[in-house]
Amino acid sequence: MSQRLVELEVLRFNPETDAEPTFQRYAVECPEEWVVLDALNHIKETVDPTLSYRWSCHMAVCGSCGMMINGEPKLSCKSFLRDYEGVIRVEPLAHFPIQRDLVTVIDDFVTKLKRVKPYLVAGEARPVEAGEYRQTPAQLKTYKQYTLCINCMLCYAACPEYGLEPKFIGPAAISLAHRYNLDSRDAGREARQQEIAATEGVWECSFVGACSEVCPEHVDPAGALQQVKIKSTLDWFREHLMPWRRT
Amino acid sequence: MNSSPNRRTPTGSGVNYRNAEVERILETLHADVAILGAGGAGLRAAIALAQESPALRIALVSKVYPMRSHTCAAEGGAAGVIKGDDSLEHHFNDTVGGGDWLCDQDAVDYLVREAPRELIQLEHWGCPWSREPDGSVAVRPFGGMKKQRTWFAADKSGFHILHTLFQTSLQFPSIERYDEYYATDLIVDDGRCRGFTAIEMRSGQMKCFLARAVIIASGGAGRMFPFTTNGAIKTGDGMALAYRAGVPLKDMEFVQYHPTGLPNTGTLLTEACRGEGGVLLNRHGRRFLQDYGMGPETPLGKAVLKTMELGPRDRVSQAFWHDQRKGNMVGTQWGDCMLLDMRHLGEKKIDERLPLVRDMAISYLGVDPVTDPVPVRPVVHYMMGGIDTDIRAATPLPGLFAAGECACVSINGANRLGSNSLTELLVFGRRAALSALEFLDSSPAAGNAGVLAARAGEAQARLRELFGRSGETETVAGLRRELTTTMEEHAGIYRSGEGLAEACATLADLRRRYRSVTLHDKTNVYNTDLLQALELGCMLDCAEAVTASALARRESRGAHQRLDFTERDDANFLRHSLACYRGDEAPAIDYRDVVITRSPPGVRDYSGEQK
Ligand SMILES: Cc1cc2nc3c(=O)[nH]c(=O)nc-3n(C[C@H](O)[C@H](O)[C@H](O)COP(=O)(O)OP(=O)(O)OC[C@H]3O[C@@H](n4cnc5c(N)ncnc54)[C@H](O)[C@@H]3O)c2cc1C
Ligand code: FES
Repeated sequence: MSQRLVELEVLRFNPETDAEPTFQRYAVECPEEWVVLDALNHIKETVDPTLSYRWSCHMAVCGSCGMMINGEPKLSCKSFLRDYEGVIRVEPLAHFPIQRDLVTVIDDFVTKLKRVKPYLVAGEARPVEAGEYRQTPAQLKTYKQYTLCINCMLCYAACPEYGLEPKFIGPAAISLAHRYNLDSRDAGREARQQEIAATEGVWECSFVGACSEVCPEHVDPAGALQQVKIKSTLDWFREHLMPWRRT
Repeated sequence: MNSSPNRRTPTGSGVNYRNAEVERILETLHADVAILGAGGAGLRAAIALAQESPALRIALVSKVYPMRSHTCAAEGGAAGVIKGDDSLEHHFNDTVGGGDWLCDQDAVDYLVREAPRELIQLEHWGCPWSREPDGSVAVRPFGGMKKQRTWFAADKSGFHILHTLFQTSLQFPSIERYDEYYATDLIVDDGRCRGFTAIEMRSGQMKCFLARAVIIASGGAGRMFPFTTNGAIKTGDGMALAYRAGVPLKDMEFVQYHPTGLPNTGTLLTEACRGEGGVLLNRHGRRFLQDYGMGPETPLGKAVLKTMELGPRDRVSQAFWHDQRKGNMVGTQWGDCMLLDMRHLGEKKIDERLPLVRDMAISYLGVDPVTDPVPVRPVVHYMMGGIDTDIRAATPLPGLFAAGECACVSINGANRLGSNSLTELLVFGRRAALSALEFLDSSPAAGNAGVLAARAGEAQARLRELFGRSGETETVAGLRRELTTTMEEHAGIYRSGEGLAEACATLADLRRRYRSVTLHDKTNVYNTDLLQALELGCMLDCAEAVTASALARRESRGAHQRLDFTERDDANFLRHSLACYRGDEAPAIDYRDVVITRSPPGVRDYSGEQK
């Protein structure tokens, strides 16, 4: 296993003791095949037990370990040292308050997620005895991509609109709302749509697509936003121009 | 199962559970039911409580945000009888035989009966199960199962189950979440569990959760070992809390190795790789399982159920061990490996059914399963043992219930069949909720304020003492390394009395040294040095229960294989082991008979001969 001396420059901030964030340098020998998270774990074990960050699965599925790595939002468990040269700069995800070191406060997303009603709203009650809903592979495919969101917050850190307008409900929450809207078993679109249309930002989204670019699961939030916007526009026309078509 | 129209009368209203004395010591949060853990089992329990009794106050407490829980890592799927050629009896027989007859058969009956209902319920909540062309749910073959009955959502089944449950839970206002709270101690008074203390991680403040019933759903403990599929959070906390509060840990010697982990990171390649037709080869290109009682060889790419690559995990991992001893494995820089060959499945099938597997193998190991066989080796995966519960998910401590991987009902016996665990956490998560409700109805008695306050104060004082230590030489990382190497060396796939005795001695020593472990970080906000120290304490206690139970079980059964007692011994050991906490002393090991209703112990036959 080839080893390499890796230098990391990590943002440190402890609200109890620090007035403002500073950068701390660590240099550690690491196997070439490691990810940035492995290097952080190695530092925590052998150099500095006070360094704080979140992680759990080490397989890009729990969504805990998002960080800015050389200025880009990344999952540190899937960012390979081999892809970086020179000093690697590690910071907490942009656009979120820092709780401590690389740990951010994500309350905002958690509140917003709940607001878009990310659960199936059944048209009529279906008892378990009636068995499963039928849903063809084609129907599944229409929304499947949007179910893959791991809530890692990389898209919020990449979104210029969220940076400017914190009330913007944001890419992940919209994708998840869209996921249920597209589900053949769901009848809750109306309620979700109202919630989304009523919030700031959707209309300002400039579709630069940064969210989709950084998404580690290829969810394509920008695509979801676009479709939500078109749907909302159609709704508006239906409401205002063609009142006789209202159901 | 009574479905939702049949709502219960509110149980929560009218009971005064404020407790001024405790509040003087610690900020106190009150609930009717407090759930420790928000993975699959904890969320399922919370939703069941909210649906059954909307007026209840439910506290859902977790050291990570619910969607970070390790249920998200499960890939393969969840077992439940759904297709016409299958039956509950088949699922029962596969599970009991797979568990080498150490399962409680009444509990297995309950599991297999409730399984389809729970999986359909999840479907109604939106779980994106993979489908057949006609729109019905699809099932796939899994190890040790005679029929195809594993429901799956591509190879992210646990992820979808967890997110479906989490998102569904958001519609219930009565579920109050306490995300990133680390539970430290159960509070017991007058022989009943009354709640627990927990550290609010963002402030470092300790809080006291007082509840009329507590459900532990804290997951497994694979992190006791150095090479594991388990995420960082699986440190056996809930098991240790219950154990210290006097609840036995049952069947802890049964630790499952999954045969196919990536050799460097331990990342799991799901059993569905073999379910879809992947095969295991040794260095000579031979499908070596046929040499260890799982032959004859089956046609390439056509997985035959319950034999060869679809044998149970204990047998497959053991076959690896033997073939390795014969020098037949592939040497790699991460140790000896076998090869998981999926090339014959073709790119299309691999991308459709196993996209995550392909992605993992390419990114973490640089091997594309479409073009090359993937080196893999057995990896610690699952705890069959855990908190002693009965078929109602109740522990022997009144007011305390447990479900999911932390609990041992036991439906897994000496070896869990893949895809039974996701089902278990749904079925018994809900069962724990219903039992807690029954308990609330039957005994509303409030605790003794003075005693509760004293208990909360003790938990607080223990933490202060840990913070106050200085100048000692023991570190969290150092002790943890010694713990994990000891477990790997002596409590692995094959064990010996000598090795286990040594492990017990080492663990006793590590537990003693743990008392002088020192923190580097003495601040309050998100102090992971502190949390890792507490997690280490939990792992040490669980590990001692594992090695002591393993040393006492002088037979080989399922995942517990002794080189010095190679046979199964039903006369003496067709019994559950119960490790009972004795403070600084090693645990006492007791036994309880297995519940056998209709399937007497038989031979586990995974040869393809009579199939
Ligand atoms: C990689 C992998 C793949 C798997 N694949 C399958 C499969 O295909 N099929 C199958 O049936 N099974 C599978 N399993 C097993 C199965 O996924 C787990 O057994 C199951 O998900 C455990 O769920 P749980 O709800 O019990 O615990 P978890 O999901 O682990 O949740 C535990 C919860 O407890 C909380 N907690 C723990 N300690 C504390 C504390 N001190 N204070 C506060 N909160 C705490 C955590 O925050 C978390 O919310 C797999 C396991 C792994 C590791
Ligand atoms: S640790 Fe889970 S996503 Fe990186």
